[in-house]
Amino acid sequence: MSEMRYEAPKTLAAAVALLSGAGGSARILAGGTDLLIQMRAGRIEPTLLVDIKGIAEVTSIVADGDGYRLGAAVTLMQLTEHEAFAREWPGLIDGVKFIGSIQVKGRATLGGNLCNASPAADGVPALIAADAVASIIGPAGRRQVPVAEIATGPGRNSLAIGEIVTALLLPRRPARSGDAYLRFTPRTEMDIAVVGAAVNLALDEQGFCRQARVALGAVASRALLVPEAAAALIGTRGDAAALAHLADAARAASRPIDDKRGTRQFRLRIVGVMAQRAAEIALDRARRKA
Amino acid sequence: MTKHHVSATVNGDAVEFLCDSQETLLEVLRDELRLNGTKEGCGTGDCGACSVMLDGRLVCSCLVLGVEAEGRSIETIEGMAVGRELHVLQRKFLEHAALQCGICTPGILIAARALLERKPDPTEAEVRCGLAGNLCRCTGYHKIVEAVLDAAREMRGQG
Repeated sequence: MSEMRYEAPKTLAAAVALLSGAGGSARILAGGTDLLIQMRAGRIEPTLLVDIKGIAEVTSIVADGDGYRLGAAVTLMQLTEHEAFAREWPGLIDGVKFIGSIQVKGRATLGGNLCNASPAADGVPALIAADAVASIIGPAGRRQVPVAEIATGPGRNSLAIGEIVTALLLPRRPARSGDAYLRFTPRTEMDIAVVGAAVNLALDEQGFCRQARVALGAVASRALLVPEAAAALIGTRGDAAALAHLADAARAASRPIDDKRGTRQFRLRIVGVMAQRAAEIALDRARRKA
Repeated sequence: MTKHHVSATVNGDAVEFLCDSQETLLEVLRDELRLNGTKEGCGTGDCGACSVMLDGRLVCSCLVLGVEAEGRSIETIEGMAVGRELHVLQRKFLEHAALQCGICTPGILIAARALLERKPDPTEAEVRCGLAGNLCRCTGYHKIVEAVLDAAREMRGQG
């Protein structure tokens, strides 16, 4: 193996300078649960690892008037243990809990799950449904991008050289809102999603759905936002006909592949079921918050 | 290649070691510190055989770099017994014959202790979920689960 440097800068400016200086052969180390495996398998040979966990801004969870600001390198265990956040965004926590074992969650991060850009990433559909925004810093300064625009395909993301996702910004929730994420896997634990579906919605005082976002995982080269599926819910009380329309819209938007975890045909069949069931859970959670 | 000089605490003792950037904490524990109780199974974070505590968090030591241990506290299986007195979990694993080849055992004991610290009175399902990150290819898990539940009872003073 060629020589690899390890740096643990204390500031984002120093991290950006290190990454920019290495011109694309550097990798960001957050939890390392994907990165170290890719290095071990010889798929990547970085010349520099920039460990960002020593930077306070990326390892803290902050709640303010605008919502939550999740540091990109907060571990998934830290996130699941944050009770106020879990009450506010139970669907995001549904997804986080599916990721790996307790050991893996003790290291893995939501920023890493997003930037690793697996189409089956369990943390991503609920982030998209939540309308989360990625806060990015790089050589050209700071910018904000909807989470749905980070992954561009399997293992590929839209970050430029030297850029770091520092945080995920979750908006404030309206009253009577709820979210949920479900996935299909042959096993209940330690598996990769064959299909995933996230629904985030808000009800009015009469129980009619006034806002909704639906996102699907593992049915395309990246997680998809499906406005047609959300439109099937909006203006309804989530009755059987609305849920059937939602399921149809989810199937119509999916472009799955055949692989060892499931055939295209199976995924197309199951994605509607998953979206419908996730919507039912999200509706139930929103009604409980009335 | 320049080696990193790392100072850490392992099982309560201050340690220092030199490591390369890509060396894992697992490699450091076994090859530099000669603490061979922690096992390598898959090397990819799937099997949990290399489980250790890092600043009080259960992690796979194969997914941590040695250099990341700087200033941190690590607990391994070698720190579980006090002198010659086994931890309750270790004793219950022997009583219940909850091990066969033994490769997964150190990781399972560390994970089980972490589980019981969080949940002193777990259900069988909670034990199984709590140990989902630890694979055993010999026992079929039944005796492991029994041993953990029995240890929990004793630790709660209902032995």
